[in-house]
Amino acid sequence: MGTDDVPTRGGFPATRHSVIERIRDTNPDTRRAAFGDLVEGYWKPVYKHLRVTWRLDAEEARDLTQGFFTDAFQKAWLERFEPGKAKFRTFVRVCADRFVMNARQSRSRLKRGGGARTISVDFDGADREIFDHHAAPSGPDEYFHQEFVRALFERTLQAVRHEYESSGRSVHYALFDRYDVAPGEDVSYAQLAAEFDLSATQVTNYLAQVRRTFRARALEALAGLCGSDAEFQREARDLFGVEVR
Amino acid sequence: MSGLSDAAVSRLRAAAAWPELGTDRYEILEEIGRGGMGAVYRAVDAELDREVAIKVPHDAHSPGLDRRLRTEARVLAKLEHPGIVPIHDVGRLSDGRLFYVMKHVRGRTLRDHLGELTSLNERLRVFERICEPVAFAHAHGCIHRDLKPENVMVGSFGEVMVMDWGVARVSGADQNTTATDAPPPRDGTQPGTVVGTVGFMPPEQARGSSASIDERADVYSLGAILYLLLTGEVPVPGSDPAAAIRRRSDLPRPLRSIGARALAASPDDRYRSVAALADDVSRFRAGQAVDAHVETLVERTVRFTRTYRAAILLVLAYIVMRGLVAVLAG
Repeated sequence: MGTDDVPTRGGFPATRHSVIERIRDTNPDTRRAAFGDLVEGYWKPVYKHLRVTWRLDAEEARDLTQGFFTDAFQKAWLERFEPGKAKFRTFVRVCADRFVMNARQSRSRLKRGGGARTISVDFDGADREIFDHHAAPSGPDEYFHQEFVRALFERTLQAVRHEYESSGRSVHYALFDRYDVAPGEDVSYAQLAAEFDLSATQVTNYLAQVRRTFRARALEALAGLCGSDAEFQREARDLFGVEVR
Repeated sequence: MSGLSDAAVSRLRAAAAWPELGTDRYEILEEIGRGGMGAVYRAVDAELDREVAIKVPHDAHSPGLDRRLRTEARVLAKLEHPGIVPIHDVGRLSDGRLFYVMKHVRGRTLRDHLGELTSLNERLRVFERICEPVAFAHAHGCIHRDLKPENVMVGSFGEVMVMDWGVARVSGADQNTTATDAPPPRDGTQPGTVVGTVGFMPPEQARGSSASIDERADVYSLGAILYLLLTGEVPVPGSDPAAAIRRRSDLPRPLRSIGARALAASPDDRYRSVAALADDVSRFRAGQAVDAHVETLVERTVRFTRTYRAAILLVLAYIVMRGLVAVLAG
């Protein structure tokens, strides 16, 4: 994948162990950290799924999202995932659906806490995104996948941006932002070269470098959110068309 | 606006998947096609200031794909014809994958263009243009083996290009010299491997008997394209398309016979060459008798009358006029 110049950074799993392997770990710290990664990767698609597919109001969706992850950690039911039966992503969505149905039947609310790593989540931001990205989802699974990818890319972008800015390569990221993330009308390498006082070759190389980093970070994050290595390979192929061995 | 828009997610996905060409000569602009073998990108050649298309295989670890792409690049380099996309450059990505640069063909696939070909004559003319580069390739020892509407591009001026020569088989003198130095066959496929597309590949190709494939395999695929052009339908896999086209009473009998001969299950019953098939279609368009169909006396008379209608009317008018003159003078 040409990732020699892309060192692993914090915030993403350093190894390619599946999320299931990590949350089944006997070391409570490893398990807690893995669960934190899982919540970071899945809270937003779960919340949006409850808001859009289940049409829950913001208060109930927030309550149930937090309850879902707390319950999953305390009762360890995500650990019952069997890789041969479904994708982990689908398993999480189906578990969330069951959780909502059960919660609606019992009308109970779950206790918070219980030793899981505390993650600050921006529910208001997620609500704004639901409002802004109002394209009709074709089905619950498609919508969940779409939001899973969006959340994955947002986290990856934040990590890449931090990585480049903290290492004095802000221009690299700025070029990436201008050309790939939020391009203006007819933006070209030549135009960016003139604007940033660089040669076209530098623009080409810098962009290639950030794209490579983005892909490496996204794949690392994806690996940490899949239920098995085989699932990760399939997801990587679907997402970027790349073969990961 | 908060978060990443759908468009931004798509762009990031595409950008992260873009190949690293290892050169700043080409600036990739967008992905324009994706198939089982690889993806095609629209790019700018900064040296020559022109748009090009770059084809890259999906998998960096597949010697089979690499071989197929190399075969395709060599086939394109060998075949200089207006109906075959010219190749400009070949290189390797930083991960070792072979890529090649070719002319960027503007147009639509035959499948997408089909609705705009309203008259029978237009459809047959396009068909003849598809046959031309294929016949040219055959004359140079290349069999395409995956002719289908998606692999034919039609430009805005009706120009036709046959694309995707990745599974082409190259015959010739050098084929016999591979035994000592190159175990894989020249077409990059192993015996028993099925290449082609269901509905468009001949029975012998579907069986995976690659040794028995010759030009008549492409004749069959062109017959299936003709079937699509004439009926708007793809031949049903596993059916007998030759019999199906014979039953189409909405088509002129000679055309049905042309289609049936091209789509014959046995290669021996097909046209012996693409040129022969194209010639028969040209004869039909010109109002001449076709090889594939034995006319009855009535059919011959009707065709003769249609073809020479103007001349016959002139002669008749002349005879009538002479008669009138004789009557008036007498």
